[in-house]
Amino acid sequence: MAAQTTTDRGLLAPTDRKRASVRWSTRLLHGLLLAILAVAGLGPMLWLAKAAVTPTQDTLRHPMALWPNGIDLANLAEAWTRVEIDKYFFNTIALAAGSWAVQLLVAATGGYALAVLRPRLGRYLSGAVLATLFVPSVVLLVPLYLTILDPPVVGTSMLNTFWAVWLPAGANAFNVLLMQRFFANLPREVFEAARVDGAGPYRLFWSIVLPMSRPVIGVVSVFAVIASWKDFLWPMLVLPDPALQPLSVRLPALQQFVELDVFLAALAISSLIPIALFLVFQRLFLSSAGLGGAVKG
Amino acid sequence: MTTTDIRTSGASGGGVAGHQAGPPRAARPGRPRARLARARSGLHTLVFLAPMLIVFGVFSWLPIGRAVVMSFQRTNLVTDPVFVGFANFQQVFADPQLWTAIQNTGYFALLALLFGYPVPLVAAVLMSEVRKARGLFSALAYLPVVVPPVVAVLLWKLFYDAGEDGVFNTILGWFGLGPVAWLQDADVVMPSLVLEATWAAAGGTVIIYLAALVGVDPSLYEAAEIDGAGVWRKLWHITLPQLRGVLLITFILQIIGTAQVFLEPFLFTDGGPANRTLTLLLLIYRYAFTNSLGGDYGAAAALSLMLAVVLAAFSMLYFRLTRKWSS
Repeated sequence: MAAQTTTDRGLLAPTDRKRASVRWSTRLLHGLLLAILAVAGLGPMLWLAKAAVTPTQDTLRHPMALWPNGIDLANLAEAWTRVEIDKYFFNTIALAAGSWAVQLLVAATGGYALAVLRPRLGRYLSGAVLATLFVPSVVLLVPLYLTILDPPVVGTSMLNTFWAVWLPAGANAFNVLLMQRFFANLPREVFEAARVDGAGPYRLFWSIVLPMSRPVIGVVSVFAVIASWKDFLWPMLVLPDPALQPLSVRLPALQQFVELDVFLAALAISSLIPIALFLVFQRLFLSSAGLGGAVKG
Repeated sequence: MTTTDIRTSGASGGGVAGHQAGPPRAARPGRPRARLARARSGLHTLVFLAPMLIVFGVFSWLPIGRAVVMSFQRTNLVTDPVFVGFANFQQVFADPQLWTAIQNTGYFALLALLFGYPVPLVAAVLMSEVRKARGLFSALAYLPVVVPPVVAVLLWKLFYDAGEDGVFNTILGWFGLGPVAWLQDADVVMPSLVLEATWAAAGGTVIIYLAALVGVDPSLYEAAEIDGAGVWRKLWHITLPQLRGVLLITFILQIIGTAQVFLEPFLFTDGGPANRTLTLLLLIYRYAFTNSLGGDYGAAAALSLMLAVVLAAFSMLYFRLTRKWSS
């Protein structure tokens, strides 16, 4: 991290950059890279955007042509209303919002208790949370499904309820550890001062710790929303009722009975929110991704 | 730490008032009061711990334990589970599909390494030398990562259309090549799946490498230059060794991820043609959820457990490495 403080340079020396041959070859390579990235990264999405407003026959016969027979904007409206993409869209949002709320609640309160209140058995608890990081998600598939069918205490099956997606999402060790580490690094003098001023553990949490933790809350929020939007296998298992399914689960089924142009419009609509979120919060996304990509499990 | 302590503490008046009077009184050597305060703070701590304990308990710790137990049971949700020893494991090992699935998963992982490992590294090294608009490069590279995976797979399924008018076959046609039966040809199907998976994931790896490249101490490069090292030698002797840790981490993460690949084989081909893309996770899914005789949860749990033990070893390694490099 001392990189910025000394000189802003990388592999190439400033003197290298002055040489014409180096300058031109880096320019050429960068131009090439930019072209490849544009075609590979943007190309498929641009094609989808185009195909979403193209009549089916044109997409089938001339997939790479630009609107040989005009634009068909009705696709989008038809996907939204007749195919009821709106319903699945709102299901997706409800699932993401609930998962986000549960993850944030569990991670913030748990991280606060472990890092700031420090219960006597806290070390073992942290260990038990950490241990779940080593358990690949495949292990949970079947037993978690059976837990949803027959949950303890509740008694009735949670199948076909959003809770079946929301609650398991909260058991995310990465979030808890991220919060715990962040809280532990907050200056303890602030806590002591607040305590002297008469703040109890709840005041301390709500008025001091949370407002100081915006960065880590942002990171956890991005992870939570994106992971929920991407999720496929789990919502497919626990939400067999089509009326409750999110876009990711519904889209593959829709393909079989919806016309191609409308289907492509539905795909485009489904990508809209994540891409918009990314464009708005680019910096947050990229810094979270650079965190080590340690969220896969 | 008994319930009576807590009750008396509740009766002794408002929590905040007690706390406000805290500092001067705490100086007094009052043992019972200290114990009382600790009991109350224990209760508060428990309130904060409750969401985590409940959610992790019910949806993580308990199911993990259950996974182990279930792999030794015959369970069908109707009758009570019966312990059957290692019968589930024997059944899984006797299934000829297991070896197909292991081979296919291994092949997927190998191809994913060949496609997906060097490309992000080269891209990140080049991007780290970009002086203007590096953000544009990063954004373009990362864009596929934010596209919902289901959308990506369904879109690529169209691109992979086997007809001459398929998207990729049209492009190949411009060069007088093709058409290729991307998803139907038994020899092409796995590379097709890996190509899409790489497209979807490479951007994340690029960003990780980029973050690591920025962290390389420039004085190392300066020292090498004084010794007369050129660009290639700096790359080989400084950049790559400095990235060693991150390279190992992404390698392990990729192994863990590809060993559990599900979405691509499930949505592109559903394991076909002729089980050429049947992966381990797809097999587990079939054991548990598409068995015509009702879910064979025992076999699914047994296979999950075996896969998990192998992957947990990789996770441990990953954890040890990240801890070493982050401290």
